[in-house]
Amino acid sequence: MSKKIYMVPNPPTPNRALAFDPDVCLGCNSCVDVCPTDVLMPNPETGKPPIVLYPEECWYCGGCVEECPCTGAITMIHPASQRISMNWKRKSSGELFRVGMKNPPAPNNKPPSG
Amino acid sequence: MSIWHEYVQKEGTVPEWPYAVNYDKVNEIISDVLVVGGGLAGVRAAISAAQAGARVVLADAGHAKRSGSGGAGVDHWHGACTNPCSKVTPEEYTKGCYDSMHGYMGAHVRYIITRESWDSLLECEKWGMRIRDVEDEFKGAEFRDEETKLLFAYDYDNRHILRVWGYNVKPVIYREAQRLGVNIQNRICITSLLTEGGKQGTRVVGATGVNTRTGEFYIFRAKATIIATGGAGRLFQFVPELTASSSMSDMSSAGVGHAIGWKAGAELVLMEKTGPATLSGFGYAPYSMGNAGNTYHGVPVIDANGKEVPWVDAFNHTIETIEGRFRCGPGQKFQLGIGIGISNYLPEYQQNDPVHDLPDRIRKGEFVLPFYIDLTRMSEHERRVLWGMMVGNEGKTRIPIYETLNKAGFDPDKDMLQAPVMTLEGYLSSCFWAARANTPPHYRAGGGAYLVDWDLKTSLEGLYAASGSTAYGGGCHGESHATGRYAGKRAAEFVRTAPDPVADPGQIEAERRRVYSSVHQDKDGIGWKEINQAIARVMQDYCGKYKNERTLNMGLRLLREIRETELACACVSNPHELGRLMECSSLIDFGEVMMCASLARKASNSILDFHRLDYREMDPQEWNKLLPIKQVNSEIKTRELPLDYFLKAPFASTYEENYTVHTGKETSK
Repeated sequence: MSKKIYMVPNPPTPNRALAFDPDVCLGCNSCVDVCPTDVLMPNPETGKPPIVLYPEECWYCGGCVEECPCTGAITMIHPASQRISMNWKRKSSGELFRVGMKNPPAPNNKPPSG
Repeated sequence: MSIWHEYVQKEGTVPEWPYAVNYDKVNEIISDVLVVGGGLAGVRAAISAAQAGARVVLADAGHAKRSGSGGAGVDHWHGACTNPCSKVTPEEYTKGCYDSMHGYMGAHVRYIITRESWDSLLECEKWGMRIRDVEDEFKGAEFRDEETKLLFAYDYDNRHILRVWGYNVKPVIYREAQRLGVNIQNRICITSLLTEGGKQGTRVVGATGVNTRTGEFYIFRAKATIIATGGAGRLFQFVPELTASSSMSDMSSAGVGHAIGWKAGAELVLMEKTGPATLSGFGYAPYSMGNAGNTYHGVPVIDANGKEVPWVDAFNHTIETIEGRFRCGPGQKFQLGIGIGISNYLPEYQQNDPVHDLPDRIRKGEFVLPFYIDLTRMSEHERRVLWGMMVGNEGKTRIPIYETLNKAGFDPDKDMLQAPVMTLEGYLSSCFWAARANTPPHYRAGGGAYLVDWDLKTSLEGLYAASGSTAYGGGCHGESHATGRYAGKRAAEFVRTAPDPVADPGQIEAERRRVYSSVHQDKDGIGWKEINQAIARVMQDYCGKYKNERTLNMGLRLLREIRETELACACVSNPHELGRLMECSSLIDFGEVMMCASLARKASNSILDFHRLDYREMDPQEWNKLLPIKQVNSEIKTRELPLDYFLKAPFASTYEENYTVHTGKETSK
């Protein structure tokens, strides 16, 4: 256990707002450029995913995801209080599901109209 | 690794501010037209002014490609009264809004909107936004016109509200502004307007601002300035940890456009209007849960046992079919639809809803919680147009809701989406996720704006108002396109003969000193968030639902206290915080106008949701008027104006005639 522990403030709430997949993200910073509230900062290391600096200023508009040239690089993460509110019931079986559950049902891949 | 905390623990260093900061650098940008605010109205104003040949600069607090309340998309377009299928005239629609608001609405602006909303939409189509069912996905649906392939929403009889595929509306208009050579300056927090001689009440000749990444100062000199900013969502409530995903206001909603005009001496109107804070989400992500309002209009709501909630029209007649929920009832010529920027509806224009006494019926045991919405009970066309077209294109639905829920496995062909479980009063309005039932009893600013004439010009020469929030009578999405587009044209006409803008060096220097006082961190001060919370506390307490002369004056005193103490010794760590702090300064100005306007109206008013405990009589006839308010040499001045001032001298007496004179168009008859 030699890893240093640093003095940092408590994480702001919501903690994440977004997650970047470093294997997919090119570090192009297109999302950083367009974010209406400037939640993100470029990574000091070129080519690496941006850093969520101000998650509590995120408006959850999804503009970053739409702007991203690499599908799957950015995932929007609603605050936990909202994830547990998004519930649904399968009509045939009565099963209950929610966004963020442990064993989710198969995704519905139907694209939006247009 | 995505967040700051992870970076610090992994790298063992705090990352440096990524942009070169230079608080001493001054940039000067000269143009014919300056647009303040790059939301829908701002970009549309910039486009139409540029089309008319003006050199245009647009300054946006965020990034104009995505910013603003409408920046995240749109699924339906109101007031398209001149589309080929519409059965509602601009006159009828305008009257519906004006009468519903008992006259407390700038109906001239609404008339302009209904004359030009369809044209504004056709331009969006030309630039790349889809407005027709060209793939025949909904062929044969009763909400589709087979010839034009337009889809209608809410009122299938009258066809003045269109469904559109507007998820990309903002990038589409942004690209057009770029193509026309508009000089777009992103990340600029505007801090003040410049006036001739540096005096209040004179011609506006530009603005000052600060870049929220570099900290550099900007002087914009322009022959005409168009205010196209949003409301003041941060004024009455500021709990970003809980409310960041509110429906209509992002963090930049700080009333900057109103505040800078107030300081410059422009006249504002109805700043005393407030309303319950319904849409600033205290808990639920917009559109994320079962409900039957707005975009989800018409969907079957069922209880825990599968029992369906009946629907009624505005006069409480039961509606038997799902289709009937989209049709006018007896006594109605047309329905206005919700989300058009008015806060009251007469029954003859009101849309259909689930039963109006749902809370009582739950209390008595008729329905068992929780509720669900069951899209499988709708026809395939209705289900797909709701989940897939509307939820999929509406603001903040394509990624946050459609993609999120679909990826998690939600399937509208098989599943029922649960509604919030909440205090029963929350079920009074069909838009359950926006119910204020599970939130503190908060109030918000309710629609005060610049007093504007038939050119959307304010009381100051060279200053125009273009957005739903800043032009008195403005609306929501489609309305902002129309008013922005119109104000841009009028401003471009003005600058053809307007003299060059001469700014006052003293005014600029004083503003520069004010803006940068917080970057010196030697005052033991606090930061913008704590100050914002204090401002919101004062507004809730002293400008909430109930007011009297004493509490309003105490509120004014406390706002000034905050300005002279907490704000004066505030400190910031970087240009981002500096921008947010300057917005707090604007919030104080906005709050001051609201309290001053509230002091001026010595009568309670039901339409304005205005309750004076020292003037308890509701709606006395002699107070049925507007009370425009402005500053002259820093003194507050109000005057009286009839509600229909836009049809009285010096204006003509009909909408049509005024519109024709001010647009130079032929009459429509």
